[in-house]
Amino acid sequence: MVIKVLTGNYAVAEAVRLSNVDLITAYPITPQTTIVERLSEYVDLGVIKSRFVRVESEFSALAVAYGAALCNARVFTATSSHGLLYMHEMLWWVAGSRIPIVMAVVTRSIGPPWNIWNEHSDFMDQRDCGWLMAFAENNQEVLDTTIQLFRITEDERVYLPGMLGLDGFLLSHTSEPVDVPEEHIVKSFLKPRSQPYSMCGTELITLGNLPKAEDHMMMRYDIQVSMENAKKVIKEVDLEYSKLTGRSYGGLVECYRCSDSSYLVVGMGGWVGTMKDVCDELRDLGYKVGVLKIRFFRPFPEEDIIEVLRSVKGVLVFDRSISYGSLGHIHAEVLARSYRLGNRPVVKGIIAGLAGVDVGVKEFMNSIVGFVNEVEERGYVEKYSEWLLPG
Amino acid sequence: MLRIQDLPKDKYLLPGHTACPGCPEALGLRYLGMALGKDIVLVVPASCSSILQGTMPGSSLAMRVVNVPFASAAAVASGIANIKELVGGNVVPVVWAGDGATADIGFAGLSGSAERNDDLIYVCVDNEAYMNTGIQRSSLTPYGAWTTTTIKGKSEDKKELPLIMLLHKIPYVATASIAFPIDFISKLRKALNIRGFKYIHLHAPCPTGWRFDPSKTVEVARLAVESGAWILFEAEGGRVRLTPPSNTYLDKSRRKPLKEYLSIQGRFRSLRDEDVKVFEKLVDSTWELIIKFT
Repeated sequence: MVIKVLTGNYAVAEAVRLSNVDLITAYPITPQTTIVERLSEYVDLGVIKSRFVRVESEFSALAVAYGAALCNARVFTATSSHGLLYMHEMLWWVAGSRIPIVMAVVTRSIGPPWNIWNEHSDFMDQRDCGWLMAFAENNQEVLDTTIQLFRITEDERVYLPGMLGLDGFLLSHTSEPVDVPEEHIVKSFLKPRSQPYSMCGTELITLGNLPKAEDHMMMRYDIQVSMENAKKVIKEVDLEYSKLTGRSYGGLVECYRCSDSSYLVVGMGGWVGTMKDVCDELRDLGYKVGVLKIRFFRPFPEEDIIEVLRSVKGVLVFDRSISYGSLGHIHAEVLARSYRLGNRPVVKGIIAGLAGVDVGVKEFMNSIVGFVNEVEERGYVEKYSEWLLPG
Repeated sequence: MLRIQDLPKDKYLLPGHTACPGCPEALGLRYLGMALGKDIVLVVPASCSSILQGTMPGSSLAMRVVNVPFASAAAVASGIANIKELVGGNVVPVVWAGDGATADIGFAGLSGSAERNDDLIYVCVDNEAYMNTGIQRSSLTPYGAWTTTTIKGKSEDKKELPLIMLLHKIPYVATASIAFPIDFISKLRKALNIRGFKYIHLHAPCPTGWRFDPSKTVEVARLAVESGAWILFEAEGGRVRLTPPSNTYLDKSRRKPLKEYLSIQGRFRSLRDEDVKVFEKLVDSTWELIIKFT
């Protein structure tokens, strides 16, 4: 066991160092840049044997990654915000080709105005592309999930690309002690690269020419089937990883003090840590509150959520992103699942922390206590969706 | 000197392809297969060449083909080029892209890959407009040409892309024409034996978009060279060498009249005499420019 003090970005780089990656390609963008710098150094100093392709744009970063991955190479890239948006067309192409690729997304606001601080809109903008979408709470989870994603995406039941979100600056540039597994442990955990086909093999394959509509629809359906399969694979991989490292995250969601709670707070990313602290304080004050962390947003943990929603009176969902004209992304998902229950809890959404606005213990405390008291008094809430505006 | 009878008899473009009659891209793909054989991994961005493959699960191309988004071809091929030694096997990444994918939407990726000197062959199949979407102007549409987005004729000159690529200091740049298959095949084979980024710009007259009879594709392509409107050359180490027959057309008096080339195409139908003069001046200035690099 080696404990290193690592920023979130360096935790990503450590994970990539351990994962026997054949090719790395990336374009710098704040706050992802230090991942690129560290990996570029690793390659130049011979710490890892990967190729590093220094491209002229994020669009090309994912296209280069795709080209290499088509030929049975394990590849990695990373980006943020506008860079991720610039990749968007390639994201669909990679998933539609069923080619495993792992990417780190260091979340950041989208302009205008120019803003490098954290929110989740860039990540959520990729919701429908067919990528697995994980999000980490802390730097240890950043490292562990990056390694796990190589294994999950290359599982034959999945064969889809995957991205890992980590909060810009809050994790990417904040140092924490991280337990870095030994190389041989990761080596035994990650099998050799596996993918459905190779464009550099002997078979004469044509990839992506015109389909019949019926065939194309079946391909879309297959992606959905694989997304469903991925739920099982994610849980298996979590279990196996925990046997090797002692760390388990519970699969698609992590439940914190959920089992006997009457109220649930739902969130994703770094601020879940704060939610857990607030939960502890509220427990001391007699509030029966638990925290449900979304660890995978795609596939969405439908069954897990329905199960925990079954026994609670109210659910308060915090979103760091908004689908303009509608709801926060997680709120909408949780709300939809609550309708699978006969006796459904009150589900309220709060939009907070956009554009890098700080959300701390006080803000969570006020929102949660206010919500619990209102549901206890009335049995419903007046506003089902609300913005936690600054000031 | 390569002779037609020495070329392989293997078919790389199969019967039943879905190109228009007289399609220059179909001709070009046959020559490409003859030149490079089965090691090709062809990267095709959105274009007529995406369509002529026909519908899956079949394909009219007997080679490995990756269809990719419009702007991504050079970068996808770059990924293959950067990994091909590691994965082993015989892999020659070849981009087969139209003028729009090359000079317009894909230009940043092309420039990036060339600057990195990725070990691949990039062929721009230049039919001088967005033909697959129904004949819209590109930055490689020539002056005066009618397209559906330049109904009064294009008012700008064609971008000088081969020279732009030359100035990327890549090891090999060449122009070619579908009317001169031996020249094209020889240049492809030369490119195959050079390490780094190789750029070949293939002039490909399109009967559908240029408005001429499908039986005349090769004739129009030949006239383009014989009138001096398209210049065949190759450049190694930044030095241009005119290749036959263009070397003889350095002497303007030996060229066929431009009007002969223009009048055979419906897209230049509304060109007035003074427009032809402008066209001629632009051709002259292109020659002067290219000669500076010889």
